[in-house]
Amino acid sequence: MTEHPRLAPRTPVTGRVGDSVQRPDAVLKVKGDFPYSSDLQVEGMLWGATVRSPHPYARIGSIDASEALASPGVRAVLTHEDVPGRKVYGLEIPDQPVLAFDVARYWGEAVALVAADSPEEARRAAHKVQVDYQVLVPLTDPELALTPDAPSLHEGGNVTRQVRIRHGDQNARAEVVVTGEYEIGMQDQAPLGPESGLAIPDGQGGVDLYIATQWLHIDRDQLAECLALSREKVRLTLAGVGGAFGAREDLSMQAHACMLALRTGRPVKIAYSRPESFVGHVHRHPGRLRYEHGATRDGKLVYVKARILLDGGAYASSSTAVIANACCFAVGPYECPNATIDGWVVYTNNPPCGAMRGFGSVQNCYAHEAQMDKLAAALSMDPVELRIRNAMKTGSSMVTGQVVEGPVPVADLLRRVRDVALPPATTSDPVDLTEMPGGVSNTTHGEGVKRGVGYAVGFKNIGYSEGFNDYSTARVRLSVVGGRPRVEVHTASAEVGQGLVTVQAQIAGTELGVSDVVVLDADTAVGSAGSSSASRQTYVTGGAVKAACEAVRERVLSLAQSEMGGLSADAGDGRRLENDAIVSADGAVVVHLATLLGEEVIEETREFHPRRTAPLDPETGQADAHLQYAFAAHRAVVDVDTELGLVKVVELATAQDVGKAINPQAVEGQLEGGAAQGLGLALMEEIQVKDGVIRNASFTDYLLPTILDMPPLRMQILELGDPHSPYGLKGVGEPPTISSGPAIVAAIRAATGRPLSRAPVRPHDIVDTSPLPS
Amino acid sequence: MKHKVATTVNGQRREHEVEPRLLLVHYLRDVVGLTGTHIGCDTSQCGACTVTVDGKAVKSCTMFAVQAEGKSITTIEGMAAKDGTLHPLQQAFWDEHGLQCGFCTPGFIMAASYLLSQNPNPTEDEIRQGLEGNLCRCTGYVNIVKSVQSAAKAMNGSKANAGEHSAAARRS
Repeated sequence: MTEHPRLAPRTPVTGRVGDSVQRPDAVLKVKGDFPYSSDLQVEGMLWGATVRSPHPYARIGSIDASEALASPGVRAVLTHEDVPGRKVYGLEIPDQPVLAFDVARYWGEAVALVAADSPEEARRAAHKVQVDYQVLVPLTDPELALTPDAPSLHEGGNVTRQVRIRHGDQNARAEVVVTGEYEIGMQDQAPLGPESGLAIPDGQGGVDLYIATQWLHIDRDQLAECLALSREKVRLTLAGVGGAFGAREDLSMQAHACMLALRTGRPVKIAYSRPESFVGHVHRHPGRLRYEHGATRDGKLVYVKARILLDGGAYASSSTAVIANACCFAVGPYECPNATIDGWVVYTNNPPCGAMRGFGSVQNCYAHEAQMDKLAAALSMDPVELRIRNAMKTGSSMVTGQVVEGPVPVADLLRRVRDVALPPATTSDPVDLTEMPGGVSNTTHGEGVKRGVGYAVGFKNIGYSEGFNDYSTARVRLSVVGGRPRVEVHTASAEVGQGLVTVQAQIAGTELGVSDVVVLDADTAVGSAGSSSASRQTYVTGGAVKAACEAVRERVLSLAQSEMGGLSADAGDGRRLENDAIVSADGAVVVHLATLLGEEVIEETREFHPRRTAPLDPETGQADAHLQYAFAAHRAVVDVDTELGLVKVVELATAQDVGKAINPQAVEGQLEGGAAQGLGLALMEEIQVKDGVIRNASFTDYLLPTILDMPPLRMQILELGDPHSPYGLKGVGEPPTISSGPAIVAAIRAATGRPLSRAPVRPHDIVDTSPLPS
Repeated sequence: MKHKVATTVNGQRREHEVEPRLLLVHYLRDVVGLTGTHIGCDTSQCGACTVTVDGKAVKSCTMFAVQAEGKSITTIEGMAAKDGTLHPLQQAFWDEHGLQCGFCTPGFIMAASYLLSQNPNPTEDEIRQGLEGNLCRCTGYVNIVKSVQSAAKAMNGSKANAGEHSAAARRS
């Protein structure tokens, strides 16, 4: 029998919905014992390496593997000819080759694979694979890709999707009009753990894959197609995930490791380096956005016109959904009776783009919030007052025509961040360099430093939209272990760091009143949970766990009824499960679960399907397209060295409605981490792509916020309760990443008076470098 | 051409023949088999591979295994007591929700242990300065700072207690 890797032992969790429950996986994580996908190893394991295109666009002629095959330790070299099944994959459109054939469409695209006894031998041999490239001129300007004369990168042209929203009067006129053009750079998710996984052939044609991913079942389904295997023969288990943020929604090395394992009959591990990770996953779409806002003199929005162009890069990934979000949320959380929104996402020879935290609602937030500030200036109004005057409320209509139900606390969130006391001015006497922009680089002692305050509010959809079948599956098992009742929760939902392990256990603990709850490894032995994305898992998988627990509870109560008939003539009268027992309405123990169950095991599996959504009308963009909306506001206070263009974020304040905080400590963690990623895009994070080539594929050159970059975060967490969701909860993870960056850019604008129509803001955007008058 | 390298890893003497180009992080992960020391960037930016060498925090991807000859290395696996009791830093990162995905956590704990060995009672600024060589992508660092503060308090508390005990012992 083939050896399988050691996974995490199962640590029980005690806690209820609303408790700050400690993570069961943290014990292993603080001890260095948590098995991340990159840590897995089994006896006889080979290492895979990937041959990648050195050109952003090239025709592929012959591939000569003979020298690589003769290299020491090499066990296999595979190309597109070795893909057993469908040669392409993709989340929405199967357009991305498992291994490039005919043409390579981006720099770093996978072309061939090597398996060898050691990672060094695999890498060395990869360099010896001779690929005959005929270099083509890459199409790297998304604007150019839209033109009819541009070369077509895929069958059917370069427009991956066009979205049109036509809301209200298309000829509306306004007294005050402001326009603006905005540009957003390409951000990387940069999870700390690079892509990795281990494929183990089962000797009967099937394969087991231990993988860090966001969605086991969509990986499995794509793998089954590409490997020409039935789904039963492709089994996936979630290995430890070192962060995700959208980077693990698409396949990276999954199919490659499985192909090599099936070919060699040996376990194969692939672990990307950081530079390889930069080409191994999709990024946040860079965007160009052109806006026109019209308003009345007293500051009510009359119309918004927007043209949004996202660069999807070489392959579709989830671009079609990202552009829909960019358009649906283009106006921001404001009432706007008339809107004309046109969005395109196009193919280019740039790196492929797809999911990243915020998913289409980030790029447009920079634009709509800059526009609101511009409008406030044109009206001589306070920017927060203008926002409040136009804020969506319960019953407001989206530009898609959908009426927003439940609490819509946009004005309240804005007032809350505005009313937080401002931090004191940074004193420059005596100067504390750590408080200065530039820090201990000693670039200023306060001269040229100006303070600014900026605001932003954003929103997005929770869960899948546009009719996509959103559901999750949970299996819940109640048995007696060691004389005590134990609940085991089994789902395929991916714990990527967000804290889903406690959420699932807390829900089961609450519903079944049992203090010993264990969340089993996520794998494909149970039905799909959908992805850990769209801030949806607590809602949807949480809903599934709740439903399965309710089914188990019903069986427990009816078991009690039948076993103890005489004692329970009035069953169904408020009996519940609590403290490992069935208790009566007044809390008295009716029977302990351990006594009632004995050897019996009660197991139920349930799917949870939230309300269905509808696709956008292709002509008007009108539809009830979204399940739930989540809102957050940020205020940023910055000090800017106006001579050098350096920025110190002094403080961030945020307010967010989370509906119900299932695990308050984990919710706070989401707000803090999300704000950091927002700050990154505002100030420093950008993949530099020149002529299709990434110039900064390392953490040396792609800058992430450090502990010194992060200011104090003043948080206000509201629990207003959504009437439609389990426990009233709202998705939490993404909103913090949406408005934090735009608030920072607004604050720099306030400090400097510069237009700053681009994120990330660079020093030369802040410093006026125009020639001095002679 | 392999070189013999003799080290002490988490109190245990180790001797291996290694290639001179082998990085300490690969030695620890692949030769010694301690995978709690993570590789996040390959270029000494992220600090996920931080260990202590003779008590000093080192990014183990910046050092060759042969340079550790004769030295005492502590990795994350060596932080808990023999009986399994967590080190106060480990306990604090758990209690204070100082981690989410946890990939950076071993590096932060090792860097923080060096910081606290030099400065048992750091201010928030000193904690931030001391940990600026480590990247975390999940937490926004807020709870990492809290974790280090909480661990410092616990460690100083236990020292203060130890001090009281010895004073009591002297009096008796």
